Amino acid sequence: MATVAVPQLSGYHRPAVLDWIMTVDHKRLGILYLYFTLFFFAVGGILALLVRTQLAVADNSFVGNDAYNQIFTMHASAMLFLFIIPVWAGFGNYLVPLQIGAADMAFPRINALSFWMLPPAGILMFAGFIVDGGAADGGWTAYSPLAQQTGVGMDMWIIAVIVLGMSSTIGAANFLVTMFRMRAPGMTMFRMPIFCWTMLVTALLQLLATPVLAAALVMLFIDRNYGGQFFDPNGGGNVVLWQNVFWFYSHPAVYIMILPGMGIVSEILPVFSRKPLFGYKAFVFATIGIGGLGFSVWAHHMFTTGSVLLPFFGFMTFMIGVPTGVKIFNWLGTLWGGSISFPTPMLFAIGFVSMFLIGGINGTYSAAVPVDFALHDTYFVVAHIHYVLFGGSVFAVFGGLYYWFPKIWGRQLNERLGKLHFVLMFVGFNVAFFPMHMLGLDGMPRRIAVYADSAGWEALNMLSTGGAFLIAVSMIPFLIAVVMAFMRPKDQPDDPWEANTLEWATTSPPPDYNFDSLPPVRSERPLFDARHSGEEQGH
Amino acid sequence: MAAHGTAERQGMTNSMLGFILFLASEVMFFGGLFAAYFIARADAPAWPPPLTPEQIAEGVHLELEVLLPAISTGILVLSSVTMQYAVWQIQKGNQGGMLWGLFISLALGIVFLAAQLYDYTQLHFRADDTIYGTTFYTLTGFHGAHVAGGALFIAVVTVRALGGQFTAENHEAVEASSMYWHFVDVVWIALFTVLYIIK
Repeated sequence: MATVAVPQLSGYHRPAVLDWIMTVDHKRLGILYLYFTLFFFAVGGILALLVRTQLAVADNSFVGNDAYNQIFTMHASAMLFLFIIPVWAGFGNYLVPLQIGAADMAFPRINALSFWMLPPAGILMFAGFIVDGGAADGGWTAYSPLAQQTGVGMDMWIIAVIVLGMSSTIGAANFLVTMFRMRAPGMTMFRMPIFCWTMLVTALLQLLATPVLAAALVMLFIDRNYGGQFFDPNGGGNVVLWQNVFWFYSHPAVYIMILPGMGIVSEILPVFSRKPLFGYKAFVFATIGIGGLGFSVWAHHMFTTGSVLLPFFGFMTFMIGVPTGVKIFNWLGTLWGGSISFPTPMLFAIGFVSMFLIGGINGTYSAAVPVDFALHDTYFVVAHIHYVLFGGSVFAVFGGLYYWFPKIWGRQLNERLGKLHFVLMFVGFNVAFFPMHMLGLDGMPRRIAVYADSAGWEALNMLSTGGAFLIAVSMIPFLIAVVMAFMRPKDQPDDPWEANTLEWATTSPPPDYNFDSLPPVRSERPLFDARHSGEEQGH
Repeated sequence: MAAHGTAERQGMTNSMLGFILFLASEVMFFGGLFAAYFIARADAPAWPPPLTPEQIAEGVHLELEVLLPAISTGILVLSSVTMQYAVWQIQKGNQGGMLWGLFISLALGIVFLAAQLYDYTQLHFRADDTIYGTTFYTLTGFHGAHVAGGALFIAVVTVRALGGQFTAENHEAVEASSMYWHFVDVVWIALFTVLYIIK
């Protein structure tokens, strides 16, 4: 082959920092999303430790009541709006175009806009801590009339959440167009990787639910600042209106927060079971079913208001357990009879399935109206949400990080440290959150800063606090593994895990344009087909 | 080598599909505001809701004149027709016809906004009196802001049209702005019906 001298381009090179700020490449934006969201995971985690320290002993005065309200509000706001929801946009940005064999998202510049709306919103929300009256302290649910009575930090919170909502709405439109129209030849909808399907349904939920939250927040802002009467019964308004409009978004939002995690787990389990996902289509339809039913269960957060149709919303909430149960069977069926290995991503994926199962069961348990009446606003609900969002989503985030780290950064995370991380986090998580079930059944209300010694809740709270600090400790091996990985050269092959999907058909990390060539796509496992088509010809 | 991701697909362009999805999110935003209005109305003992004696003494009264908004409605519907005319003209490659359609739509849109602002000055209630005023000003205000946004969109498209940027094959922005304009028109018809007509 004749060699051709490639002319060397010389001239202006943008500094690397500007390269990152001005990038419209989906991979770089995905990485920016991941850095941003993991930063706020740390911030939210520190706030959680403050909460747990305050609650560790009875009659504690570690932080005052006012500070406590701000801390738990901002803990939830950071974790939900600045970590979990955008972290999926991060994984989605990096992976969706690669998994469907596209060169980029449909609208790269709008993609950059979606990301760059996040930092100002995060700063605005947290700047509440330095203004008079402090940060938002009405809970992340911002119920009226409480949310009407708090300081200017609440207004900053409202604007920040509206901006974050805009970011996720336009991001959702971008994901949908990308998946509908940018798929490689042969990549039919029913050959898309499951992670893409979960991002697709998530994007639909974001597109249709987030604007309703924006409407609710606009109303709250008008009530607070311009004398509006939306939520004020004195002027003919209705306090429960807020709950209706807020949960119309925020219940679908819990599926926004979990579905892509389910997608990640469904990518990891087949690879390390050496089997295709059991019941691909059933999984897809279950995901769509969860998305659809997700719009009909919002009032199960409002059973005790006395103004919702209890039989309907109770029944629909039980119904949504059905497609979720289908998925548990998908995962177990995938493992069944597989040739299973246990590298770190697999551990986190199995952690997800087992912990999310508990979160699903204690959630369905609370869907029974009489049970809910007893458990409403107790620590049982706090246990439920953390089994779903930490035992579920956070385990999936780390599973995804360990799994795609070689692809994204071209380096492998240390296996021993990864396993240590998993064990510490798994134990810490259960020690922190399992006792909350008992505290809730014993009647401990959520969101209280101080409880009396005579309540008898101290031992379980102390245990829970210990678990929380163990979770914090579990991050140390993870951080060491990351630092160690970055000290090594990029040595990862295209496909270190012998995986199934197209992102592994290019170099690690991929070039700017993603693919030199694509294998033919004839199933939902094009790389499996490519690996084994050669053997068949040899027979 | 298989080509990736950029394969030509039939039907509408990516931008058009993205725009339609954006409009879907707008529908949900107004859906939230409308829901608040309906709940407030269902809760009220009477509609318009009763006022306190102090409010009556201050001269507040909750009444809406129908005539001017009815004319405004006609103007906005007409502007939707002229906007569609602009789209049809450019589909045939007639740039002049499209420009006339855009100019007239823009002018009618501005007339609608002016009429709504004038209408605001004639009302004897405020946003902070009762839920009646709060919902009225929030709904019409956000709709008005969307009309202003749509007018701005048409203005940008008009400037581009003056520069000869649109042809029979390539006129996505004209179609998008027209779709947006129809959307604000439909929202207004719904608003006019529930705010002014249904007693």
